[in-house]
Amino acid sequence: MAEDFIEPASEEVDRLFSRLDKDAKQGGYNLNPDADFVRGLVKGLLINERRYGYRACPCRLASGVKAEDLDLICPCDYRDADMTEFGACYCALYVSKAVMKGDQELSSIPERRLPPEERERLRQKQNASAEVLGADIAEVAFKLSLPVWRCTVCGYLCAREGPPEVCPICKVGKERFERFI
Amino acid sequence: MNFEHVAGKDKGKISLFALSTCIWCKKTRELLSSMGVAFDYIYVDLLKGEERAEAVAAVKKYNPSLSFPTLVIGEKSIVGLKEKEIKEALG
Ligand code: SF4
Repeated sequence: MAEDFIEPASEEVDRLFSRLDKDAKQGGYNLNPDADFVRGLVKGLLINERRYGYRACPCRLASGVKAEDLDLICPCDYRDADMTEFGACYCALYVSKAVMKGDQELSSIPERRLPPEERERLRQKQNASAEVLGADIAEVAFKLSLPVWRCTVCGYLCAREGPPEVCPICKVGKERFERFI
Repeated sequence: MNFEHVAGKDKGKISLFALSTCIWCKKTRELLSSMGVAFDYIYVDLLKGEERAEAVAAVKKYNPSLSFPTLVIGEKSIVGLKEKEIKEALG
C-alpha cells in the first residue's frame, strides 16, 4: 500500500490546478475560490490518477474498474445537477456563480450517485431497453444526415460520425458520450 | 478492521469511516480532534480485498448510499460533515 502515500509534488498540483481553472473558465464553470481547499482536492485527483489510472472523484470510493467508475471520473456525471441544486459539486471543487459571489453558503450535499445495488439494477434496465431504444433511434436517425452524440457530463450535443476525442466544453473523454439520436 | 485511534475524552464509541483523498472527511476528522474527543478512524480507500469488503459492509449498514464521511456515534450515524449535528451528538 506504500504507493498510496506518495505525495504528488507541489508543482504537479499547481500545474493541474491552473489547467482545471483555465478549462473551467473556458466552459463557463468556476472552481471554488478557497485555493487551499481546491489544492487538497487536486492532490486527491492526482493520487487517484496514480492509483487507478484515472481521476476518480476524491470524495467517493472508486472501485478501481474504469468501466464501473466512468460516472465518477472528474468532472463527474453529477456535477451540473448538484451545482444547480446546491451551488456546488459533491466535493465543492466546482461552485456556482452565487457561491462565488458569496450570495449562497456551501452546505453538506447528499450523494446523488445511486447506491451500488441500485446502480447495477439501473444498468441492467438500461441494457435491456438499449435494444428497443436502438431501433427507435435508428428510425429517427435514418432521417438525419448524421447521428447526434451527447456528453453525459455537461449535455453538449454534436452531430458527427462519432463522439469527439475530448468534449470541447467540459474536456471529458469520448467514453463519456452517449448516442442521443 | 484496523482503525487508527485518536486519544481524547471518552464519549463512547465513535468510528469515522473516511477516504484519504476527501476534504470533507479531513475536515470531519479535524472537527473531532478540535473537540478533543477520543475516536477511531479508517480510510476505506486504502483498504484492499477482504478488509475493504468488510469496511464497505459496515458503512452500508449505517448508510446504504456508501458515501463518506460516515460517522458512527454509538448506534447513530451522521453522513457528511454536519458540524451542528456532530456537536449536538457529542455535546
Ligand atoms: S466534479 Fe464530481 S468528481 Fe469532480 S470533484 Fe466535483 S464531485 Fe468530485
